[in-house]
Amino acid sequence: MTDTSQAAEIENDQETTIYDELPDAPPKKQLKLTWTGKLGVGVVAFWVIMVFIGPYIAPYDQAEILDMDSYLPPGAPIDGGGTHWLGSDKNERDILSRIMWGARMTVGISFVATLLAYLMGVTAGIAAAVKKGWTDMILSRINDAILSLPTIMLGLLIVVALGSSIPILIGTAAVIYASSVYRIARAYGQEIMVMDYVESAQARGETIWWIIFREVLPNAAMPLATDFGLRLVFVVLFISSLSFLGLGIQPPDADWGSMVRSNLEAMQFAEGWGVLAPIWPALAIASFTIAINLIVDDISAKSGGDLAKKMI
Amino acid sequence: MQRMVLQRILIGLVTLWVVSVLVFVMTSLLPGDVAAIVLGQSATPETLAAYRAANGLDQPLIFQYFGWLGNMVTGDLGVSKAGGAKISDLISGRLGNTMFLAGLVAIISVPISVGLGLLAAMYPGTWIDRSLTFGTLALISVPDFFIATFAVLVLAVQLGWLPAIANVAPENTFWQMARGIAMPLIVLVIVVAAQMIRMTRAGILNVMNSPYIEMAILKGVKKKRIILRHAFFNTIGPIVNVIALNLAYLVSGVVIVETIFSYPGLAKLMIDGVQTRDLPLVQATAMIFCGTYVILIILADVAAILANPRLRNPK
Repeated sequence: MTDTSQAAEIENDQETTIYDELPDAPPKKQLKLTWTGKLGVGVVAFWVIMVFIGPYIAPYDQAEILDMDSYLPPGAPIDGGGTHWLGSDKNERDILSRIMWGARMTVGISFVATLLAYLMGVTAGIAAAVKKGWTDMILSRINDAILSLPTIMLGLLIVVALGSSIPILIGTAAVIYASSVYRIARAYGQEIMVMDYVESAQARGETIWWIIFREVLPNAAMPLATDFGLRLVFVVLFISSLSFLGLGIQPPDADWGSMVRSNLEAMQFAEGWGVLAPIWPALAIASFTIAINLIVDDISAKSGGDLAKKMI
Repeated sequence: MQRMVLQRILIGLVTLWVVSVLVFVMTSLLPGDVAAIVLGQSATPETLAAYRAANGLDQPLIFQYFGWLGNMVTGDLGVSKAGGAKISDLISGRLGNTMFLAGLVAIISVPISVGLGLLAAMYPGTWIDRSLTFGTLALISVPDFFIATFAVLVLAVQLGWLPAIANVAPENTFWQMARGIAMPLIVLVIVVAAQMIRMTRAGILNVMNSPYIEMAILKGVKKKRIILRHAFFNTIGPIVNVIALNLAYLVSGVVIVETIFSYPGLAKLMIDGVQTRDLPLVQATAMIFCGTYVILIILADVAAILANPRLRNPK
């Protein structure tokens, strides 16, 4: 934090320069990724593209029953012509197509849930840091109660109570993970609120909103963005785990977690490489989560690894 | 110090109470009338009313809550809706199985992870450290069930060494038990150890950055001696903290692993209860899991207080 504030001060001293943006905006950081980080960006970009176009370029529909036999090995021909590049599943559907459709469910839903968690967590966290006093006290105690429960248990309870549907899944994940976002946003908010430049803004008589949007949020943006990545990984794992337990996304919608679950018995019954049926969707999840971790590692190595230490 | 510990325990008790409210409210939010579900098609308005009166369902929610809490505290967990067996009977055997599994996981994974974490911290930046950090990163970023399915594929299907389904029965011999429990055990150890290695390494490296270590380096003490004599004792607190946190993490790991391997434990019972919407069963099992979790977190905090001389002897 200190180096950005010093840099901001230096920028303020050079009054003669023509600013592209307001003089008190934090300096833009140059981000250079190592090859592992670039690999991560590539994989994440691939799945993000799949979220949008996956269902349109998938060879078959996610619910289309194609053959007579389940758990065909990868590369097996389909009766009506065509190939199961990754084999077929329990209900004779094409695994490759289902993974492409599933990106929308798994990645899309997790992203929306994380975004919502951020909206709630950052708003409440910054509010607690800025307002202090009772607001902080009440928000923090509610937060402690949510954090003191195992996430999967809390998820199970909410899903049992309200039934499983996509909006409820998104809401559940958002509420659960908003509590950890809150803690981080509050910590950063408190740290930034005592910085000189915030005090000078207060002395200038700026409103609280101006301070939040022009001083606190821009300075907390980078660490929060890194944390967003990690949080997204947790949400993907959470939603996949719920789906895996049969309580998340319901069939026939394809989702990577439930695909692992429904094809698990291939391990015992399938012949040849058909046993890989539950491995493909699991690999899809792993590729996405590891890729995000690689990017986050790169970014947090740049920012002194502070964040990584806090996250462990 | 005693005040701090007491304070922490008190907060923990409050948390437990909040948890009980949460569990109760969550499960009573369930749409639909419990009496109608239990009595089914043959219900008449009179039998429905009689059932509600007999089970206290006509009382306001707050009375129901305190009745439930009172029964729970005195050890009466109620009756399962499916089959009508007493929940305490259903739980007792299952609880033992889960404790057995979790205990074994702890005994195996704690020394391994503390050892490997120490090793990685002693040689930071070397290939040992790098491979451990990358390996554990990969392991914590894939879902538990991926590790489990992969282990089944390799150890059970391809190599045929172990059964894919955990088979635990009281009449089994020791070796049958060991074979039956091996698969869930291996998976849980991997999952928990990965997390613990990372945290141990981070804890020790954190201590290594402190001024007195720098002093020791400057006066020429050997590296091994610095780690074992200066750093290690100061990392005991953080490490105990890490261990307690990870045992708490076992709580959620157990849910997934018991489901995959059909291990007859408490988590499997809970998931079955969730699927059949057996509310009293879900309430009881959820309270056991959340209670264990909260207690372990308290232990972690108390350990952190006890291990820190500055917290132990406040000015």
